Amino acid sequence: MSKSLNEILSTFNGNKSELIPILQDIQSNIGYLPEDAIIKVSKFTRVPESEIYGVATFYTQFRFLPVGKKHIMVCKGTACHVKGAPQIIEGIERHLDIKEGDVTFDLEYSLESVGCLGCCALAPCAMINEEVESNLTLKDVKKIFSRMKK
Amino acid sequence: MNFNELFNESVEEYDSLISGTTPVILVGSATCGKSAGAKEISAAFKAELEEQNVMAEVIDVGCIGLCYLEPIVTVIKEGMPAIFYGDVTSKQAKQLVNDYIIGNNPMIESALGTFGDKKVEGIPNLFDIPVMKPQIRRILRNCGFIDPDNIKHYIARNGYKGLKNTLDINPGEVIEKIKKSGLRGRGGAGFPTWMKWQFCVDSKEEENYLICNADEGDPGAFMNRSLLESDPHSVLEGIVIAAYAIGAKEGYIYCRAEYPLALERLKHAISEMKNLGFLGENILGSGFNLDIKIKEGAGAFVCGEETALIASIEGKRGMPRTRPPFPTTSGLWGKPTVINNVETMASVSLIMQAGSDAFVEHGTRDSKGTKTFSLVGNVKNTGLIEVPLGTTLKQVINEIGGGIVKDGIFKAVQIGGPSGGCIPESYLDTKIDYDSLTMAGAIMGSGGLVVMDQNSCMVDVARYFLEFIQNESCGKCVPCRLGTKQMLDILTDITIGKGKSGDIELLLELAGGVKDGSLCGLGQTSPNPILTTIKYFKNEYDAHITDKRCPALLCKELINYHVIDEKCKGCMLCFRSCPVGAISGSKKGVHSVNTDKCIKCGTCIELCSGMYNAIERVHKY
Repeated sequence: MSKSLNEILSTFNGNKSELIPILQDIQSNIGYLPEDAIIKVSKFTRVPESEIYGVATFYTQFRFLPVGKKHIMVCKGTACHVKGAPQIIEGIERHLDIKEGDVTFDLEYSLESVGCLGCCALAPCAMINEEVESNLTLKDVKKIFSRMKK
Repeated sequence: MNFNELFNESVEEYDSLISGTTPVILVGSATCGKSAGAKEISAAFKAELEEQNVMAEVIDVGCIGLCYLEPIVTVIKEGMPAIFYGDVTSKQAKQLVNDYIIGNNPMIESALGTFGDKKVEGIPNLFDIPVMKPQIRRILRNCGFIDPDNIKHYIARNGYKGLKNTLDINPGEVIEKIKKSGLRGRGGAGFPTWMKWQFCVDSKEEENYLICNADEGDPGAFMNRSLLESDPHSVLEGIVIAAYAIGAKEGYIYCRAEYPLALERLKHAISEMKNLGFLGENILGSGFNLDIKIKEGAGAFVCGEETALIASIEGKRGMPRTRPPFPTTSGLWGKPTVINNVETMASVSLIMQAGSDAFVEHGTRDSKGTKTFSLVGNVKNTGLIEVPLGTTLKQVINEIGGGIVKDGIFKAVQIGGPSGGCIPESYLDTKIDYDSLTMAGAIMGSGGLVVMDQNSCMVDVARYFLEFIQNESCGKCVPCRLGTKQMLDILTDITIGKGKSGDIELLLELAGGVKDGSLCGLGQTSPNPILTTIKYFKNEYDAHITDKRCPALLCKELINYHVIDEKCKGCMLCFRSCPVGAISGSKKGVHSVNTDKCIKCGTCIELCSGMYNAIERVHKY
């Protein structure tokens, strides 16, 4: 069961240095950083909202919109690039009919690319929620999506 | 319990597991193993053992480094050496239980190698197979052999002896031992570790900090992830030793959030350490106190830079600041701070366990010891390797890597990530050490080695790195923020056929400016991929700019897809799967590609390759 905002904040002291861990905790429980959460964090840590947005937009991990039920992160690392990651990303974009960074209308899938998943020996790879799929081909893309529909 | 008692107890426990009467099955379950299906294999073993009603321990271990053979399983049976199996399927797992654990057939045909004193006819020693032979495993000694979630396994293999030895002498002597070992920072720049520590001690502040940098952001590198997942205590021991040497009471590990398993293992390992008194108050009765906190990175490459990392821990935007003052004078919260890489910490525990003399047995005059690399890209044997510094690139790629996949032709090896460079075939005799690589225009970096074959376009590779850097530039200083954008625009133009004469000269000029004018290492080294590709592969730039041709047939705007009439059998597979309907043809009739419609997505080539190979990429102009 995911924690509520108040529960999350109650585990911290409210020091400024806790800002990033607080935001991380909120995102992992709520899925993104809603506006009202930022307001509460600001009051809690006494860091101005503008500064919180400054920090949150700096790091690619933080999102201000919810992601799909299945969040797909395609690796764009060097090994994956050399082994055809751009084609895989385009293939998924075509399949879901969304662009990188978007969410499908039914909120089922969202697509994002990341710097490197560290699974370079089995490139190209992608992470779907917490599971890593490796040695991807365009054929696999189709297979994975039909498997997920089941 | 004192340390010696704990050590004896651990040895007993580990030995009774490894040499006991109950068979043991070790399943490689680091991230690479998991993505290859380790979980299913583990479950298959357990299910079959239950089905057959046999006793055996199934233990998840880390990664032995042969990632291309994952999932890897090791079976240890009484009276036999440990036998390693690669590419294990659920079916084979079942078979192993029946044939080898119940029966006496070690399934020689599926075995990779053995480990231990005894031999099995028909199976080589694991460390004699070509991919392992040139390697010296020091840092990775425990990876794949111990349960990373069991501190006693680590202790049984001499773990925390280094810490014990450290606490018996004074901090100055510890620094002296590290100095004697010649250890240089494994994060990339190669700064002598002892000197960093000494600077921190010399600042004579009451309060100081130690940070272990596990923000392994280099695309194409995963050595630190693997080590943290497979042997977290070797890193943690190093952290405690380093903290003792500089007198820090608080330590941090700054680890990427993209490494969930590594974080999990670290958290567990720290709680184990606290339970046994390796962390907290009065460590091993020495009077030394230390607390280690884990900080999760939030996905910013620049946070690998020392001052940016510190800003990030303080809860700010991860932007670098000018140095000096260096962190060893003024770092976290304005206090002296030492920042060491994961592998540096593991090397420290190794040096304190086995002594400086054992460490300097390997390496060159100025680069001592061994170093781990992630060997990836278009080589046959991809994975995590460890070689003595001074090994040549050729040895690594041809002997350990087994050469290029599909008998392709070697083009370049990218070393050092976005700050490094691409090294061509003529430089393959370059030794892997800090100074030789810098001479060749690359850097050691943290250890990513990405091998490229004839299908990689070097202009595209340079563009790729610039795109990465441009995305990750924090925006604080102008040369990096705007310079990388301009260089990226020029490179993109070249790859889409809009290159102009004079572009190369302009790139070189910009590169010089960005190199000299940027605030931190990210900007200063960002031109390296461009500079080395222009230096070694200028012909490819010329072909793109002058002839509008991509020699590797990769840049989409400069190629067309084409059906080779003689090879096409009219199977309709490409016709049916083309997402834009760009292929026409009838059953058993030769197909053709409508180049106006074709989006060059690669679907048809992927399908046809390995069957008829009837679709090829051709130059547009």
